[in-house]
Amino acid sequence: MTRWLLVLAGLVATLPCGAEPPGDGRRSGFAYMGASTQAMQLDDTLNPGMLWVLEGEQLWNRRVGAAGRSCATCHGDARVSMRAVAARYPDFDSALQRPVDLRQRIGACRQRQEPGLPPPGEEQAQLSLEAYIGLQSRGLPLAPPQDLRLQTYRERGRAFFEQRIGQLGLSCADCHDQHAGRRLGGSPIPQGHATGYPIYRLEWQGLGSLQRRLRACMSGVRAEPLAWGSPELVELELYLAWRARGMSVETPAVRP
Amino acid sequence: MKRRLLLAAAAGAPIVLQLRPAQATPEALAAAIHSFTGGTPLREGKVRIEVATLVDNGNTVPVSVSVPGAAPAEVAAIALFNERNPQSDVARFHFGALAGLRTVSTRIRLATSQQLVAVARLADGSCWAQRVDVVVTLAACIE
Amino acid sequence: MARTLIQAPSSVRRGDSFSLRVLLQHPMESGFRVGAEGQVLPRDIVRRFACSYNGERVIEVELFPAVAANPYLEFSALASASGTLSFVWEGDHGFVHREQRAITVT
Repeated sequence: MTRWLLVLAGLVATLPCGAEPPGDGRRSGFAYMGASTQAMQLDDTLNPGMLWVLEGEQLWNRRVGAAGRSCATCHGDARVSMRAVAARYPDFDSALQRPVDLRQRIGACRQRQEPGLPPPGEEQAQLSLEAYIGLQSRGLPLAPPQDLRLQTYRERGRAFFEQRIGQLGLSCADCHDQHAGRRLGGSPIPQGHATGYPIYRLEWQGLGSLQRRLRACMSGVRAEPLAWGSPELVELELYLAWRARGMSVETPAVRP
Repeated sequence: MKRRLLLAAAAGAPIVLQLRPAQATPEALAAAIHSFTGGTPLREGKVRIEVATLVDNGNTVPVSVSVPGAAPAEVAAIALFNERNPQSDVARFHFGALAGLRTVSTRIRLATSQQLVAVARLADGSCWAQRVDVVVTLAACIE
Repeated sequence: MARTLIQAPSSVRRGDSFSLRVLLQHPMESGFRVGAEGQVLPRDIVRRFACSYNGERVIEVELFPAVAANPYLEFSALASASGTLSFVWEGDHGFVHREQRAITVT
């Protein structure tokens, strides 16, 4: 078992660093979908995720809090200030001295303006802002930061990715590295690259985050899902971002 | 099923189970079609359904219906029915004076693999139908 | 305020058929789902959609629970005169939402 893990780890470690164009064997979940679902993602007039993007744009310009500030007050036009931002998250937060994902970054900013706001979760407003900001990275390559302080956390994320969990005793790597391209029941198993989050998932009939999707996967193997916003989940997101480095951001993606 | 509920409850995940009450019977489907056609017998043809044969997810299935076998002005209404959902009706499209081409699209829910029936009611009272079989599988990794 | 995504051309040629796409943010709760406590989640759907063009009917749609959440509709209208396209969605629990788009016919 340990030898198998080492082999897997070795295989993953041989992936070259830096941005690779597609053609290195990595494929987005987009490639595994049917034509009509692909069409839904490619056309902004068909993509239900755009409903949340529209709301995000409104929220970006809405004044809140005692000081009556909107996101735009400090950050101006999101198309300029937020360009390529989502593509480099999770990132290291020097104040907190740990990695944070985009949700936590947006949440922290919002809490500064509205101190009573609860920690960010899957509520409509938060998802809408994530979708709107994520859209500003669409088409750009995922660019996880080279910051050395992220290294330990990323390694922990990788270790979790390769660890067997749950009653079914499956690791992420088992399905998404070893068996990608094959089928689980009737559904194709994608490689599991987090390029399009938050996604409009047809199964949810709504928009949801990467954390929601990861927790659903853990339920799927009958494991206790990692807690929302937990450091372990952020570390896993951090590893996934590195694993998908160089692939195009597709936010808001549509997925089955 | 119970263990999964316990696990999910322990994890604090909201659980919503898909209820499958008495499935739509062939009689229910016939009754729904009858309420649209007024009893006019169905003829096969003129109508075209576009839908994936194997859907990505049964919760959201894009479907298009057109009537290439008739001029737009001839088509008064199009209705879509299903065979195995709890309810046979999916949607009914009634065209007005300023309707253009008789092609309609929507996204539907299919509880399981089943047949879709599209019926066009023409201005001359005739009713035409097209049937397609669609395969629906359960998604992996649902909450 | 329900959110919508509407694709309508701003200008069309007289006599042409032109396509309209509407997407409404709405859960379309079917009334067939069961919650964690075993209670049936009450139905909450859009039941009717209508599009009018300068007051004349383009299409009227009856929607049933089998229509997916965030209902999407695509249909065509006939370019007659410049003016206004009106859209209305009506549903359970008194749900009503209206939108309008201007259209120019050349």
